[in-house]
Amino acid sequence: MTATPVATARTGRRGRAIGLLVLRRLAFAVPVLLLVGFALFALAKASPFDPVERYFGLRIIGASPERVAQIRANWGVDQPVVEQYLAWLRHAVAGDFGDSLSLQQPVAQVIGERLGWSVLLVSVGFALALLLGLVLGTLAAWRQGGWLDRAITATAYALEAAPVFWLGLAALYVFALELQWLPGGGLTDAGAALDVGQVVRHLLLPASVLAVSQAPWYVLFVRQNLLESFTSDHVIGARARGLPDHLVVSGHALRTSLLPFLTLLGARIPELITGALLVETVFSWPGIARATVDAALNVDFALLGALTVLATAVVLLGNLLADVLYALADPRVGLDG
Amino acid sequence: MRVRRWLISVVVVAGLAAACTSPDGAPTAAGDGRSIVIAAAGEPENLNPVLGYAPDGASKVFDGLVARDAELRLVPALAEEVPTASPDGLTWTAKLRTGTTFTDGTPLTAQDVVFTYRTVLDPKVNSTVASRFDAVADVSAPDDRTVVFRLKYPYVPLVQHLTLGVVPRKAFEGVDVNSAPFNTAPIGTGPYTVAEWRKGDRLVLKANEGYWGGAPAVKTVTVVFVADDNARATRMAAGEFDGTVLPPKLAKPYADKAGYRVVRNPSADYRALGIPSELPLTADPNVRIAINLGIDRQAMIDTVLAGAGKPAATPISPYLDQWYDSRATFAHDTARAEKLLDEAGWRRGADGKRSRDGQAARLPILYPAPDVLRKELALAVASDIAKLGIDAPVEATTYELMLQRRKEAASMWGGGEPYDPDTTAYTLLHSRYAGEPGYVNMTLYRNPAVDAALDTARRSLDPNARKQAYTEFQQAFVADPGWAFLAFLDHTYVLRDKWDGQATQVEPHDHGLVHAVWWNLERWTPKS
Repeated sequence: MTATPVATARTGRRGRAIGLLVLRRLAFAVPVLLLVGFALFALAKASPFDPVERYFGLRIIGASPERVAQIRANWGVDQPVVEQYLAWLRHAVAGDFGDSLSLQQPVAQVIGERLGWSVLLVSVGFALALLLGLVLGTLAAWRQGGWLDRAITATAYALEAAPVFWLGLAALYVFALELQWLPGGGLTDAGAALDVGQVVRHLLLPASVLAVSQAPWYVLFVRQNLLESFTSDHVIGARARGLPDHLVVSGHALRTSLLPFLTLLGARIPELITGALLVETVFSWPGIARATVDAALNVDFALLGALTVLATAVVLLGNLLADVLYALADPRVGLDG
Repeated sequence: MRVRRWLISVVVVAGLAAACTSPDGAPTAAGDGRSIVIAAAGEPENLNPVLGYAPDGASKVFDGLVARDAELRLVPALAEEVPTASPDGLTWTAKLRTGTTFTDGTPLTAQDVVFTYRTVLDPKVNSTVASRFDAVADVSAPDDRTVVFRLKYPYVPLVQHLTLGVVPRKAFEGVDVNSAPFNTAPIGTGPYTVAEWRKGDRLVLKANEGYWGGAPAVKTVTVVFVADDNARATRMAAGEFDGTVLPPKLAKPYADKAGYRVVRNPSADYRALGIPSELPLTADPNVRIAINLGIDRQAMIDTVLAGAGKPAATPISPYLDQWYDSRATFAHDTARAEKLLDEAGWRRGADGKRSRDGQAARLPILYPAPDVLRKELALAVASDIAKLGIDAPVEATTYELMLQRRKEAASMWGGGEPYDPDTTAYTLLHSRYAGEPGYVNMTLYRNPAVDAALDTARRSLDPNARKQAYTEFQQAFVADPGWAFLAFLDHTYVLRDKWDGQATQVEPHDHGLVHAVWWNLERWTPKS
């Protein structure tokens, strides 16, 4: 297909507008990140947990008051929250995220060791959820009201209500214990070295649980949108022209209903992150999520700050990506501004 | 993209999932017993003894000056004999055994021991075990084989703390101890070296073939970290582990399973209700005795702990024959409890609830929210106390809030060590710590007889004098209990029956990778 000059000019304007959108959002992200960082410090300060007591753990019982006071002074935990935050920020801007107090390691090292495994889990789980959503949602809409549709919808509603934690333990019980198909957790078999085959086998169960826990929203969303688009003019037109049913569904209806889907994806990133957190706990997956829970419980300012800013950045970027894709896919979409 | 093609891809994915089955379903280590896979509930934050890793020995990677045998008697480790004190109790001297090297080849000298202890005492180092050495004025090495501890006051329990692992001073040159690389990749003199620690996943230990105590027969130890009890139970059942710690109820199914053993280890790990000493209701010792008499400890152990526990009355565990006074106990005697409450002026009203001068008898009970066991114990205690006519509402909270509310509410605390009664009892019950900040004497308990007995025991080098003092302490405490000690928990483990050499050792509150059923793993041998 050759582009007409008019179309090219329009695309150029569109490209610039999208570029501006990205810049605007990025500029907006800076104060959001600063604010989130500060809110975190304020919340942690107000939390009923005390970092020094958490650091001692069991040994706080009977620890002499002088020693505890000494560590409080070493860490400066009793300084005003604004001072603590600014000190952290000064270092963070320079790329130094400090030392994790709960793990006695530099924060960069903690995140470096674990983040990759979480990204792997979340991306595979997300891709699987997406696939499930598109396939099952389409099937359900295509056979609306049939037994397949009823089964898919009922299952989706049931899973929507099932806690991820429960889902994980159930999967562990069925696949690892009863059927013994898949290992029940960890990154590799206990005695095995780290290799691709090992990791893939260990990834299947947690990634599937994550996918199944997230999929219902996608399934129901795709189904709903498809059903709406079946009643739209161009689909009705296509059917009237006698196009085969599967072509109508895949070619026309799906294309229009995919657009809002992109926005949903962006909006569901936080749930994906929380889901990953619970899945990592059940399957002892050595990702960043468990470290996050521990950091929160231990009021580990340095680690918590870095992780929160990271998570916020991911959510902002995810939403931005969804909006950009949406704008690229549908020329009628207005850009905020 | 076509629907049909999608369908096919779904089928393919499902097929792949089904195809990835493990051949034998039991991915454990080779069955010859030369390697072992352990699932631990908790992961150590670091592996540095100076910061607080394994201060009571059994660390696998380090040795202390002394170690303990199955009966908890001190035995020489890096010291050639158990260190002794000068007659005035102010100087302790340790002589090192010769020819010990760290696993990086560096010879061990007295300087390393001095460095270890001085670093613990350094105010800039965030050590969680520094309190144990509060009595130490300084540590020095007159020569390469001799270490001298000089104390501020006579403190007999010091020798029990010399189990602390010794670190090589060379590894800390020019680095901050608080975030040193050593904390995750340590070097010790112990029976194992750290081969790999994948944080959050597993820790792999390899036998130290040059270990001064002889090379271990179990060559590879893989410790997998699985926090969730149910996940650990499920994966143990799937055959992934050789051993793990499980709550008694989850361990039960293995009792008659071929090839497995359920090991129940006694402990000094208590759960106890701290009773505020300044509330109008509980300021009276007779009311605190009544509460102790009203609690049905055996019923609690039978139901909540599935039988895995021993009744408690003081912080000294009945398993510690050397110190335990069998007369210091509380019977379950509600009739006497009722009488004591009546005599104290707290009388039952028409609704069965007790009050005095228009003030209701009320004792809120707090427990830390995530701890299921403490919750069940708190509910059991509350229902026993309610039967006496005292209103006992139970609340979930955090440790920090339990501490903040220690003057107005009772709380479910836990702790305890089997090594020296001083460690558990002194800071918990001595009036010197009443009202101090932190987790010391949380009930603001003041009892001159208890103070005197604890002070005497701490200073007496003569074992008989110590024994006498701790007997007096237990008698004084049960006559005026500041707490309701409920039970000492047994810790339960499931273990594949593949090794000889496993021995029972009374355990502390803290049991994960260290202590526990594998406290002497370096001496296990595969069954032929």
